[in-house]
Order: sequence, then structure tokens, then C-alpha cells
Amino acid sequence: MTRILTRAGLILLAALIGAYILLPILIILPMSVSESAFLTFPPQGFTWQWFEELKLDPTWLEAATASLRVAALSAILSVVLGTLAALALVRGRFPFRGPVLMVLLAPLIVPYVIIGLAVYIAFLEIGLTETTLGFVLVHTCLGVPYVMINVCAGLVAVDRRLEMASMNLGAGPVSTFFRITLPAILPNMLAGALFAFITSWDEVVVAIFMSGPTLTTLPVKMWAGIRVQIDPTLAAISSLALLVIVGCFLIIGLGRLVQRLLARRSVSSDSTGV
Amino acid sequence: MSLTKSVSTGRSVRPRARSSRLRAYLRVDGWGLLILPLLVFLVVIFVVPLGMLIAKSFTDPTVGLDNYREIFAESLYLKILTNTFVIALSVTAVTLLLAYPYAYLMTIATPMWRTVLLLLVLVPFWTSVLVRSFALVLLLRDTGVLNTIAQDVGLISEPFPIMRSMKGVIFGMVQVALPFAVLPMYATMRNIDTRLTKAAQGLGDRPSGAFWRVFVPLSMPGVAAGLLLTFIQALGYYITPAMLGGPKNTMIGELIVQQVSTVLQFGFAAALAVLLLGTTFVLLAIAGRFMNLERMLMGRS
Repeated sequence: MTRILTRAGLILLAALIGAYILLPILIILPMSVSESAFLTFPPQGFTWQWFEELKLDPTWLEAATASLRVAALSAILSVVLGTLAALALVRGRFPFRGPVLMVLLAPLIVPYVIIGLAVYIAFLEIGLTETTLGFVLVHTCLGVPYVMINVCAGLVAVDRRLEMASMNLGAGPVSTFFRITLPAILPNMLAGALFAFITSWDEVVVAIFMSGPTLTTLPVKMWAGIRVQIDPTLAAISSLALLVIVGCFLIIGLGRLVQRLLARRSVSSDSTGV
Repeated sequence: MSLTKSVSTGRSVRPRARSSRLRAYLRVDGWGLLILPLLVFLVVIFVVPLGMLIAKSFTDPTVGLDNYREIFAESLYLKILTNTFVIALSVTAVTLLLAYPYAYLMTIATPMWRTVLLLLVLVPFWTSVLVRSFALVLLLRDTGVLNTIAQDVGLISEPFPIMRSMKGVIFGMVQVALPFAVLPMYATMRNIDTRLTKAAQGLGDRPSGAFWRVFVPLSMPGVAAGLLLTFIQALGYYITPAMLGGPKNTMIGELIVQQVSTVLQFGFAAALAVLLLGTTFVLLAIAGRFMNLERMLMGRS
């Protein structure tokens, strides 16, 4: 009896935590199409007016394209650097593994305020603040650990026998890598790239340091808007920003599903083929 | 004489063994070289700037400890430091109360529900802190969702102020803190041998007794690591406290940004950042005693 009560209590608590996590985010969507100019609850009527207003103000579009550009470029750079590092971590041998791994994972732990200030001070000296390159470089630092983690997980699962078979059949190591290993870890690279993309797309603290009149990313512009006054266009832009992230996660989920299905198929053909 | 001889031979043998071991340790193969691009990149873009930050805190505007002295001389700054610790501690405490049963539920749930619970707790981690804080403002302000509903239902007659107070800051920060506590706790609980609690019950203990006397103590390393990680993260927050807190709830992150953007005191801001960085590393070292942090971080996504 107490056991059932405990379970029920735990499930109730989890449901409350779930509501606490999800409801605030979900409330944004109806608010962004509500006719009320003061974002009052409950939402009234239905209108695309606030999205229209976004279109009329070119600075929103500028900030959004700047954010997209930075996020896409830093995702690409993260994939290249992160995949190479993952190969070294899983397959390779190199000294000072512990300290090296600490450096590679440190961007996940060090507070963004510190990273922002440090990079700002350094980039100010060489004129990289308020530039796309500067943003891409620092956002790659923040995003690359996710690529590394994802690709490491994929590499561990790669069947080394397939690579050996390919080499036995006469393919060189490079050709084996591109024909066997790379396709196998491609979904992990894609997931890592999307995580890096989201990290950059969302990132505001470091971006506040790096932004200025010549280059401002979307989160920084939103932050400036929120500090001045809360209005429905902010709810509209928040909805759009949220949709981008949801889209990324749908792709990640789809990729994992495909990977799992392919793995299952190769396992079943394994057992029937032998 | 023979003693010195044996010592000298001992000396001549040992360095050779050590050097070969050293050479084996320093060996790099083709795959290992691939670590270099990222390592060099992070050293240049991340480690060197941190070094410059530390240097700046001791040299700007004058060489010496002036910046650090200023932090501890001014009562306003001391108050912000205390605030930061108090808020981070409160967030950690609330997070523990929610995260422990949540992580426990994950260990006893079916695989599908476990995935759902895991994804759910990671939502705040992957949605923009800005969007989330904005949503919380809509929810918590005097004319916000919660106050409107509570007034309509007749629970309260006047709006209950949550925004611009420590309650609001904690409400917002616990969301982000949850994954940092739940994941290490779950990682530890998953590896607890359930036969141990069964054995305790077999020996006559009640289920609750077995839980408190066997399961809880065994889960402590995960709890300790989770709490420390939560606390570390909470110390450095900027957006949530700036948005949901009032002027009385300023935290160190906000002070750092303020010092740079409004008064341009780089050296002083750097000193604050170094203080925060030092605290972070000390706490990380402590957390590392309870848990393999690398493995925990690698298992996150």
C-alpha cells in the first residue's frame, strides 16, 4: 500500500516538474498570436500582426541572418575539429590525455560570463569583436564539445570487423575511412553539428560582450528589447527562435531513428547470413 | 664503499627504465595526431584569453592586487558576493529536493518512460535561456499568467509579487539547474545493485528502512557531484537573475557585465571573473573526487 502511494507521489512530482519545465515555454506560442498588446492572459483573439511587425523592422531580419550565418559556420567548423578530435580520442594514442580532455571539455563548465569577458578582452586587441569571424571562433569553442561527445559515442559503436574486411578486400586505410567509418558516424556528426548550431543560435551571454552596432546577433537584440519593454513582437520572435530549435531536434531524432533501424537491419542480416 | 656503488648502479638503472616508460607514455600515433587541430584551436581561442584575463586582473589599471582589494573593501561588492552564494545555495537546495526523487523515478521507470523523463529534464538545457526567462516573466509578473489564474479562481485577491525578488530568481534558475543535478544522480543510482536493498528487506528491514539505510547512502557520490555541479553553474548565471531578480538580487555575473559595459573597468571585471573562475575550479576538483567528471560530461548528449 505504502509502495503504491510512494510511486503515485513520485509520478505526481515528475508530472509537476514536467509542467514546470514545459508550460512556460509553451505559453509563448498562444501569446505571440494574441491580439492583446500587453500580453495579458488569457490570450484574446488571433492575429499575425506581431509577426508582420517583425517583417517591417529590418533590424530584426539583419540580426536573424547574422545569427544564422554565425551558427551555420560555427557548426561546420565544430564538426571538422570535433570529429578529428573524437577520432584521436577513441582510436589514437597521445600523451597527457587527462589534461587534454580537461581543456576540450572545459567550455562546458566554465561560466559563459567568464569566457565572454576573456575572449572579449583578447579579441578587442586584434579587432575581432563585432565580426562574423570573431563570433564564429568563440561559438565554435562552446559548440565543439558536443560534436566530440556525439562522434565519440558513434565511433565506439562502429564495428571494427567491417573496417578489417574492407582492408582485407584491398581498400587502403583512407578509402576504408571514407567508405566505411565516415558513413557509420555520419548521423552522430549531424547530431553534433545541430547541437553546435543550437548552442550558437541561442547563445546570448558571450554574444552580449562581442556585439556592437556593426554586428548584433538575434539573442542580443532580443535581450536589449526585453530590457527596455516587454511587447508582443518579442513573443513572436521567441516563437520563431523556438521553432528553429524544435526543427533541429526533429532532425536529430529522425537521424537517431534511421541509425537505429539501419543497425537493426545489419544485425538481423548478420544472424541470417551466417 | 659498496653502499655507494649499489646506490650509483641503482641510479644508473632506474633512469633508463623511467625514460623508456616516459617514451611509451609520450608516444603519439597517426590517429592521436588528429587531436592537434582542436587542441591548438582551443588553446588559442579559449586558454590564452583566460590567461590574458588573469593577467589583466593584476595589471589593469595598476600592477598589483588593487582590483582584488577593491572587491573586498567595498560593502556593495561584498553584498553582491554574499548574494551570489546565498542564491546559488538556495537554488542548489531546491534542486536537490526535486532532482533526487526525479532521478529515483528514472531508475525504476520502464525504458520508454525513462527516455521521456530524460528528454524532459534536458529541455531547459537546450532551449534558449532568453526565451525561457521571457516566458517566465509572462508567467510570474503581477499581471502574469499565474497571478491572473490565482485571482480568477479566488485564491488571492491582490497579485502576489514573485518577480524582482529572490523567489523569482530561484524559480527561474532551478529549471536550468535540474539536468546538472539529475544526470549525475541518475548515473550513480543506475549502478546501485538492487539486490542490496532486497537483501536488507530479506534480513527483516522495512522497504522504507532499506531505502534510507542502503539505497540513499550508496547514491551519495552522485548527489555530491550533482550538488557541486549545480552550485558551480548557479554561481555564474547572468540572464535569469538579471531578468527575474530585483536590484537587491544582483549576482556576480551581472556585476561583471556592468563593470565592462557601463563603467569600462576591465581590470576590476577581470578580477571578479578570476574570483569566480578560481571558485569554479576548486569546486570542480572537489566534485572530481566523487565522480569521473569526464565520463559524466561525455554521457550528457
